Amino acid sequence: MREVAIVAFAQTRHTSHDTGLSEPELIRPVIEEVKERTGLSRFGFTCSGSCDYLAGAPFSFVSALDALGAWPPISESHVEMDGAWALYEAWVRLQHGDIDSALVYGFGKSSLGDLRTIATLQLDPYYLAPLGLDLLSLAALQAAAVGAERKELDDIVRRSRADGRANPYALDLPDPDPDSDPGGDHAVRPLLTTDVPPVTDGAAAVVLATGDLARRLCPNPAYVRGIAHRIEPHYPGMRDLAHSASAADAARAAGVGEGPVEVAELHAQFPHEEIILRRALDLREDTGVNPSGGPLAANPVMATGLIRIGEAARPILDGSARRTVGHAAGGPCLQHNLVTVLEA
Amino acid sequence: MPSEPPAARHVLEFPGGYTRTTGPVIGRFLSELRARRIVGVRTAEGRVLVPPLEYDPGTGDPVTGEYVQVGPAGTVTTCAWVDEPLEGHPLDRPFAWALIALDGADTALLHAVDAGNPKAIATGTRVWPVWSERPTGNVTDLSHFVPEVTKIVAPVRAEYRLRAGGALGVFLAGVERGVLLGGRCQSCEKVYVPYRLSCPECGTAIGEPVELPGTGTVTTFAINNLPDPRAPQVPFVSAYILLDGADIPMIALVGDVPAHEVRHGMRVRAVWVPTEERTASMTNIRWFAPTGEPDVEL
Repeated sequence: MREVAIVAFAQTRHTSHDTGLSEPELIRPVIEEVKERTGLSRFGFTCSGSCDYLAGAPFSFVSALDALGAWPPISESHVEMDGAWALYEAWVRLQHGDIDSALVYGFGKSSLGDLRTIATLQLDPYYLAPLGLDLLSLAALQAAAVGAERKELDDIVRRSRADGRANPYALDLPDPDPDSDPGGDHAVRPLLTTDVPPVTDGAAAVVLATGDLARRLCPNPAYVRGIAHRIEPHYPGMRDLAHSASAADAARAAGVGEGPVEVAELHAQFPHEEIILRRALDLREDTGVNPSGGPLAANPVMATGLIRIGEAARPILDGSARRTVGHAAGGPCLQHNLVTVLEA
Repeated sequence: MPSEPPAARHVLEFPGGYTRTTGPVIGRFLSELRARRIVGVRTAEGRVLVPPLEYDPGTGDPVTGEYVQVGPAGTVTTCAWVDEPLEGHPLDRPFAWALIALDGADTALLHAVDAGNPKAIATGTRVWPVWSERPTGNVTDLSHFVPEVTKIVAPVRAEYRLRAGGALGVFLAGVERGVLLGGRCQSCEKVYVPYRLSCPECGTAIGEPVELPGTGTVTTFAINNLPDPRAPQVPFVSAYILLDGADIPMIALVGDVPAHEVRHGMRVRAVWVPTEERTASMTNIRWFAPTGEPDVEL
């Protein structure tokens, strides 16, 4: 395998509402930031991740290219998935050996519509979509299958929000207060409204570079030591919702267990998903989980997973960690999982 | 604070909806649903997938052509409760989403259950399908599921005709003219009300009735929260009232006072209906009401 490293990461200061910026206007500052940080103005390959349903405009990702400067023509691709999978495609492209840098970005404005029901459009049109199954209903089924103690879930929400308040890019969300409202305010039972990630607009960008170029661009590149993704059946009734076999398989393939993990950034949009993923990745108690606050503190859909990889790279780029894990998820009830192991 | 940017409504819609081909496997399932049957498909390993898929998700092998009728009942394996249904949901009242292992299936079907309240459904609950009135070949031909029948309501009602002869006739004749009649035991001297013909303690015959006043003291009481045709409202108070001059309390309603203010030792007086409405019946006494006198030590 060719050695590939993350050499720069940037994200927007995410917002809980639509500021009125167009998608290219949202993306442009983070692209500028990673260009400036690496000194690169052209990349061997560019790949983005987004979802047209968020903006309700077919091929909306094409107009997002306006933020890049695509002339003379660039080599570009797009995944209708979280930007984490754009990073995977770029990593694969870099393995071809003929280029040595790639720009990856992901973006989403989930404030434009009702994310809860827009997510219904991602479901199979025969068995699930006709029932109007929404994002929260599916998550509630998985939460019921996990059956975690309320206190454990509340602790995850409280920790995530506190970490988010300390993260200038995440939202400022108050501590949930179960004492003032025992039993809580239900979204879809057993989910409480405080278990639901915030509506968030935002974008993120990552620059990947191979071997020598990585060392030239960055004093502490975050090397991708392992990266793998695995998927399970789409239909929830064909799966064991209390466990994530695909996250566990991806973690094994990426080599998570081959060394200590200082920080794990998990794409857990709900607290029960963190419990499932900790088990699937077999993380030890001393691994710091989502020190950024994670998706419960900022969830710019289609960038959230890429941000997990970026946040996992950050402590390596600044020299404060040696080995971290970034995780991204897609599909209903953690159907699809991508795991990246980063090392100094 | 910068001014709000202008905003506009934008709708993404494909008029009439997309036409999608089903392929033979999903098409068979939906056709069976239209005929109000639920089928699964058997995999090469012998498992029954419901709803059917073209390929075994475990092995990737094509499924066999064997379709197996399953259910129609099944067992809930996981459920979630929707308090506020969305427009696109199968039911417009609070309901459960459930993964349902239909009898004979090796996977679970995801559908809605009309359970009434979240306590009426849990892992293990047996559920049965309710079909839509006009099946069209859609997963919504299964309108929803309902919990298995585990109880019925059995009405109970019988009518009787009662005659008040003997002591009760004497007592009710008193009630008709607004007087409560008791009887004194000639051996133990206890005064019983209502009037009766013998002393239940001594067995001695009781003589002529004695008139008792309409005043007395509450010795004990109960606050009733279930409606009763004889009581004016819920909650109501039924009490033991020891009439002045009697040794045995009688049971009666207490009114004209909030239920939580009724207490042991409270002095009360019978409230009689107006003379022209009186009959030979205890309904002559509407209830007992506080007299306002100081409470009595019991």
